[in-house]
Amino acid sequence: MKKTLFDKIWDSHIVESIPNGPDILYIDKHLIHEVTSPQAFNELKERDVPLFRPEQTVATADHNTPTENQHLPVKDLLSRKQLKELTQNCEENNITLYGLGHPYNGIVHVMAPELGITQPGMTIVCGDSHTSTHGAFGTIAFGIGTSQVAQVFASQCLLVEKPKKLRVNVNGKLKKGVLPKDVILYIISKLGTNSGTGYFCEYAGDVFESMSMEGRMTVCNMSIEMGARGGLIAPDQTTFDYVEGKEFAPKGEEFENLKAYWKTLKTDEGAEFDQEYSFDAEDIEPMITYGTNPGMGIKLNEAIPVEGTKSDAKALSYMGFQPGESLLEKPINYIFIGSCTNSRIEDFRTAAAYIKGKKKADNVNALIVPGSRQVAAQIQEEGLHTIFEEAGFTLRQPGCSACLAMNDDKIPAGEYCVSTSNRNFEGRQGQGSRTILASPLTAAATAIAGKLTDYTKMLN
Amino acid sequence: MEKFTTLTDTAVPLDIENVDTDQIIPARFLKATDKAGFGENLFRDWRFDKNDEPNPDFPLNNPNFSGSILVAGNNFGCGSSREHAAWAIKAYGFKVVVSSYFADIFKGNSLNNGLLPVQVNQEFLDEIFLALQKNSEEKITVDLENQEISIESTGASQHFDIDPYKKTCMINGFDDIDFLVSKWEAIKKYEENNKTTPTPVGV
Ligand code: SF4
Repeated sequence: MKKTLFDKIWDSHIVESIPNGPDILYIDKHLIHEVTSPQAFNELKERDVPLFRPEQTVATADHNTPTENQHLPVKDLLSRKQLKELTQNCEENNITLYGLGHPYNGIVHVMAPELGITQPGMTIVCGDSHTSTHGAFGTIAFGIGTSQVAQVFASQCLLVEKPKKLRVNVNGKLKKGVLPKDVILYIISKLGTNSGTGYFCEYAGDVFESMSMEGRMTVCNMSIEMGARGGLIAPDQTTFDYVEGKEFAPKGEEFENLKAYWKTLKTDEGAEFDQEYSFDAEDIEPMITYGTNPGMGIKLNEAIPVEGTKSDAKALSYMGFQPGESLLEKPINYIFIGSCTNSRIEDFRTAAAYIKGKKKADNVNALIVPGSRQVAAQIQEEGLHTIFEEAGFTLRQPGCSACLAMNDDKIPAGEYCVSTSNRNFEGRQGQGSRTILASPLTAAATAIAGKLTDYTKMLN
Repeated sequence: MEKFTTLTDTAVPLDIENVDTDQIIPARFLKATDKAGFGENLFRDWRFDKNDEPNPDFPLNNPNFSGSILVAGNNFGCGSSREHAAWAIKAYGFKVVVSSYFADIFKGNSLNNGLLPVQVNQEFLDEIFLALQKNSEEKITVDLENQEISIESTGASQHFDIDPYKKTCMINGFDDIDFLVSKWEAIKKYEENNKTTPTPVGV
């Protein structure tokens, strides 16, 4: 039978299929962080069940962490307690922890790929919905709930029903200034936030093939925002080159053997999908969102749709926008470049290239937060920090930061923030905050102009 | 997990539709790091007024009603996917929730935590509410083996559906963790078989 990339990985990880029930799916790598793991550790302790494969578990601290003075004790007491519990749990259970301040510390979906923990053909789970990011490597990766975290602790397996298969094709050549973030925001704006429910999505076509690993991660990251369990892209030379030489990647002969296997990980010609959509690269332009879900997206120079549902109207009133309004020239006081969607070195290079020699507008607070310590170090090495500093941007230490209002970095009520993160829900970046999702380039251009502006004309 | 076969008990009526998980357990109580305490804050903002005084009109505060069966209006457990909602209901002492519809994720979370969601049709749900209104000591029987729920005074009964795997788990007092732990040998064998094949696992 002809198989899809997804089938190949899934089927090879089935320990047992329960008749009329779910599959027992083997999990290669389990990533954990401070927020969704404590109850799962307790669950095991109460049952007196040991961790089955602690060596296949890796922990980081990212959600609750401050992005300033990381060498000092964390000020927020609840956060400090969660972090302490993570440290203790990892010690007791022999789990590798890259805690705050460790050179490998970072947002879980940034640090694992850059350390070579994420590899093609694996199954990876984490108690976080944006685990779909790792699908960029041709990996089945998805977010799980706390009970499931405990299941993986106890057995390195999950009981799951096999999802349906969806493929999204984008062919052609992207226009100048159109970034991977625009591609995924465009797809979600066309398909809606429920289109992926019950599916695992494969992205295929020229556009993804010619994308860097960073770009593919941005795309797969947001699969969950169209409702899909996860997204994935077939591994190719770009993938192998990225993985090769990474800290925990296999080396030498082992790498070559694996690579030979990884090359078989692609959808067979003629394999069937339950649903398929296709788009033209030429139709895609820089995108922004205007509402309170990631599907409410328009091209930067497009007007907000006039027709909408009741909940669209509620979203617009929250955002303070009118149907039919163009958002160009809209003054913006905050921009945030960061989050597991866009906090990799390529994102900061793109932003720096645009910012270089310019200054941010006076009204703007511009926050730059690298996804990991490694990215932060690279920013220094490449001298990007000087560009940011000279332009008046604030460069912080790594973490989830203003992506979610759980740590100190929050956007004040009523303020607009052009943000490279993935969710624009009401209050996501702080109570009453108004999020406009966009690419790092759009965020950088907004910071310079002090308002949303059509920068595409200015790109040489 | 506790075994569940048959339960006969009095019930607490919560004749409200679309009870969302934010009402079941408000977001501000989510920062805790263990499950046990969530029962105290079950329906917090309905059970207590602004001054933390019990609201006498709320059924859980009505001394006439007690028991381990919660009977709730249509579309119970909608909204955010937080598992804490199931934990809170269980920690408060309920073993069964009856409604005419459950939100999908809530249903899954409940079954995972040994709380049995029993879905009946709207007419039968109304019959239960009526019976409880007439007599707060009315007994309800939930027979999981035969997938049947009945009202003692009227003898009325109805069949309910449950995933066969989940049914086995509940009857044997097994949850997904117990089940997976019972599969350790198979899992180890799988690991062994896949070490050297072209599809390496756990590398
Ligand atoms: S950056 Fe945002 S979306 Fe990503 S893991 Fe952190 S909180 Fe979640």
